[in-house]
Amino acid sequence: MSAALLAAAAMLGLLASGAGAVAPVKLRAVLTVILTVAACGCAGAAAVEVLSTGHTAVIETGSLMPLSRFALGLDALGALFTLVAASIGACAMVFRLGYAGHGLSSRTASSTLPLFVTTLLLVPAASNVTTFLYLWELMALTSLVLVLTDHRHRPEVQVAGQWYAVMTQLGAAAILIGLVLLATRAGSQSFTAIAERGPRLTPSVRDTVFLLTLGGFASKAGAVPLHVWLPRAHPEAPGPVSALMSAAMVNLGIYGIVRVGDGLLGGGPAWWWLLVMAVGALSALFGSLHSATSTDLKRLLAYSTTDNVGLMLLGVGASGLFAATGHRTLALVALAAALLHVAFHAVFKGSLFLSAGSVQQATGTRDLDSLGGLLRAMPVSAPIFIVGALAIAALPPLCGFVSEWLLLQAMLHGLPSSNTAIAIAMPVGVGALALTGGLTAATFVKAVGIGFLGRPRNEAVATAGDVPRSMATGAGVLATACLVLGVAPFLVLPAVLDAARTATGTTIADPLSRGWSLGLSGVHGALAPGLIAAGLTLAIGLVAGARRLAQVRALRHVEAWGCGREIQTARMQYTATSFAEPLIRVFDDVLQPVHDLDISHTAESRYYVESARFHTSLEDGFERHLYRPATSMLRWWGALTRRIPNGSVHRYLVFGFVALVLVLVVVA
Amino acid sequence: MSSSWPAATVAATSVLQVVLLVVGGPLLVGLMRKVRCRLEGRAGPPIHQPLLDLRKLARRERMRPEHATWVFSAAPLVLVGTTLVIAAVAPLLTTSPAFGQYGDLFAIVYLLLLGSVALALGALDTATAFGGMGASRAMTIGAVAEPALLLSVLALSIPAHSSDLPAIITGSLTHPIWLATPQRLLALVAFVIVIVAESGRLPVDNPSTHLELTMVHEAMILEYAGADLALVRLGESMRLALMICLLADLFVPWGIATAPGPAHVGLGLVAIVAKVAVLGAGLAAFEVTVARLRLFRVPELMAGAFVLAVLAVVSALVSP
Repeated sequence: MSAALLAAAAMLGLLASGAGAVAPVKLRAVLTVILTVAACGCAGAAAVEVLSTGHTAVIETGSLMPLSRFALGLDALGALFTLVAASIGACAMVFRLGYAGHGLSSRTASSTLPLFVTTLLLVPAASNVTTFLYLWELMALTSLVLVLTDHRHRPEVQVAGQWYAVMTQLGAAAILIGLVLLATRAGSQSFTAIAERGPRLTPSVRDTVFLLTLGGFASKAGAVPLHVWLPRAHPEAPGPVSALMSAAMVNLGIYGIVRVGDGLLGGGPAWWWLLVMAVGALSALFGSLHSATSTDLKRLLAYSTTDNVGLMLLGVGASGLFAATGHRTLALVALAAALLHVAFHAVFKGSLFLSAGSVQQATGTRDLDSLGGLLRAMPVSAPIFIVGALAIAALPPLCGFVSEWLLLQAMLHGLPSSNTAIAIAMPVGVGALALTGGLTAATFVKAVGIGFLGRPRNEAVATAGDVPRSMATGAGVLATACLVLGVAPFLVLPAVLDAARTATGTTIADPLSRGWSLGLSGVHGALAPGLIAAGLTLAIGLVAGARRLAQVRALRHVEAWGCGREIQTARMQYTATSFAEPLIRVFDDVLQPVHDLDISHTAESRYYVESARFHTSLEDGFERHLYRPATSMLRWWGALTRRIPNGSVHRYLVFGFVALVLVLVVVA
Repeated sequence: MSSSWPAATVAATSVLQVVLLVVGGPLLVGLMRKVRCRLEGRAGPPIHQPLLDLRKLARRERMRPEHATWVFSAAPLVLVGTTLVIAAVAPLLTTSPAFGQYGDLFAIVYLLLLGSVALALGALDTATAFGGMGASRAMTIGAVAEPALLLSVLALSIPAHSSDLPAIITGSLTHPIWLATPQRLLALVAFVIVIVAESGRLPVDNPSTHLELTMVHEAMILEYAGADLALVRLGESMRLALMICLLADLFVPWGIATAPGPAHVGLGLVAIVAKVAVLGAGLAAFEVTVARLRLFRVPELMAGAFVLAVLAVVSALVSP
């Protein structure tokens, strides 16, 4: 049954893509959305069935691709990622119905979008190397086309597309080399066969494969230092595409690391996982710091994706480290925490990116410094963003809190340990998580407080109306899920545990207590998210009641006092730039902001200022210190080699001759 | 743990804890003001003056800036609401309050954060420069204080193998040696610094200043009036009392009720009041001797606290 559903999902996806290419423009959006949502529904149903029965859904056919069989096999680990992608895909497609901007209704975009969603659904189901690589590459290419949707109108889209194209193809090449090496050494390209033989390969092969695939998958996940494309490409993509990329596509990077590291190679030495944890901690800190200082709403969200990917990698790395040192149960719990964060991050980041898309459509800008007061102008979309923001800041009773709590518990219970690696890595992990948590809270107070509260900073924002119902529905479903999953995480926890068991190959029955309270078995103390939610509702209700009782007269709306200031204009409010200024100052060693103050004096006297210009910019440190030297070296090399073929036929004849001689020498 | 206790006793103890914090918070602020005044050679208002202030404010008219939304009005409710939830589940009088098995230290930290975030959002909602300034500064200080806080929680949790607060306290009562270990003392210092920062006391923030350029917390609540202001004042004093209670629980736990019965709970009540009064008076006396730090020196202080917390974790790991 689940295999049929999976096949139906693939068919519907292809059909939707075809419909996008041939249907008349009026029907195009509706047709592709209906068919793609149906595809997501089928894939989601298949995933749920796999997770509930534990049977793998297998589809194999020999005639679909050259050189190899097309093989899909959805197991519990893949099913979790397919389920997440299906939920995000369905919501993003519903949102897309009302999303007018960015030329998404062009023939190319409408046929590419369903294809992209379908690859997101199928990549976790691929069960041999060739199928995986084909689907992976298709996913990379379709997402690239979608990022470039608006390239005619905005030059920054082209730059973003270039970065994305280069990074994603380098990553794909690394994965290709790694997996092909693995397949040839293991003597088979089927994942099940590799998983049997993978652990017995020589350490040098295993290390090479792990490092290559880690590089490729980490670049797709947007982990530091391979993240540079992410804060460019995710913001420039149209609203629903950014949501799909940030909430569903980056997950597949995590999937790849877990599938190859834990599944195909069967775990590895401690240093692999210490490396993963180090990358995770660095990504979390770097991402949260940059998202705390960004003033572009979607760029802020993109950096926070890097931050959350870092947290997932911390969990994955901790899990591998525990497994490498023999703590089986803890390994399972840590991986479950990471996968839970994958699922929950998808939910809240999806709602955030979709409502940021709504904001962009309604106001025409995503610059926080010119937004403001959207809670009045967009009474439906703004609360959706606020719920997502509270969830990502890990505040109870929303879902982000639960996964971060579980991650903290997993790292805490690794201590005290006789193993030095664990004893060092876990406190560092907790420290990174804590600093990230504080910065994320500041970031989203900024995003909500500057963008959605206060007064509108310009006319377009003040008169912006709310978006069509379909957009609000797509984002609203995800925001509701933030609350429901935060209160009742047991709805997804068994599925997450199944996925973690499949990945680690363990059969430990109940590492976590079930039901309304969540905690590690055999350990004192637990978390009852439902109880916290109920308690908060009760307490806030009581306090509100008491305030109502004490109230003598109705609430009076007055001019803001502001310490007695007479005129208060919208421009006097704190902006996102000024809000983040103390943070930039505190972390200036890391962020290295560039300030430029230009004062020109009047001709009469240098004591009078004629005009002053202040410019401040904040660049990505990795871009400046790593990528820019690399690209300038490439450019230098390109300029050098360009001099050799100068157009002279004689010279080309010499090249041909020399090459021929060399070949003959080598052959002889 | 609470299963062995009669349900009615447990519920009554939790209610008592909430009442204690609602009444005790303002009294603690009054006491700290009194101590400060006496040390400065002034008579000072009576200790129960904050309670009188609250009663006066509660009856006054509530006002809301014209550009603000429901977020502004909801912030004080969330601030007080989160503190009430913590007061009900945290072990203040007894190690087994209602739902005490869910009194996880990380959960408490994040609930406190929810209150701070609500207040910062309320401040930004006023659309004034001061609101934004206070929110920005408070969130910056909060962000740099968070690592020290969570790492000292981690250091405290390692010996008990749990971040569950009752488990940590009962553990320290049965193994008093835990209290004298270097990790506990290092964590204590880090914890105190974080409490000072989180509750906006000197030298991080001066609760009695309204000088425009230096205020942090006060800048956030400038626009509140009437019952809303009463709630904010109540909330901040309860948070201060709660954090000092946690400090007392974690570092001098003796006296807390470990068995049911009015006698034990009564003893717990006396003990916690005495401990909090002494600690509060000590904090007030310390405040007289220091000047407020410049805003950009605060992160250095927090970095110091972070280093102490790291050392606490390391020594917890190396000690048997």
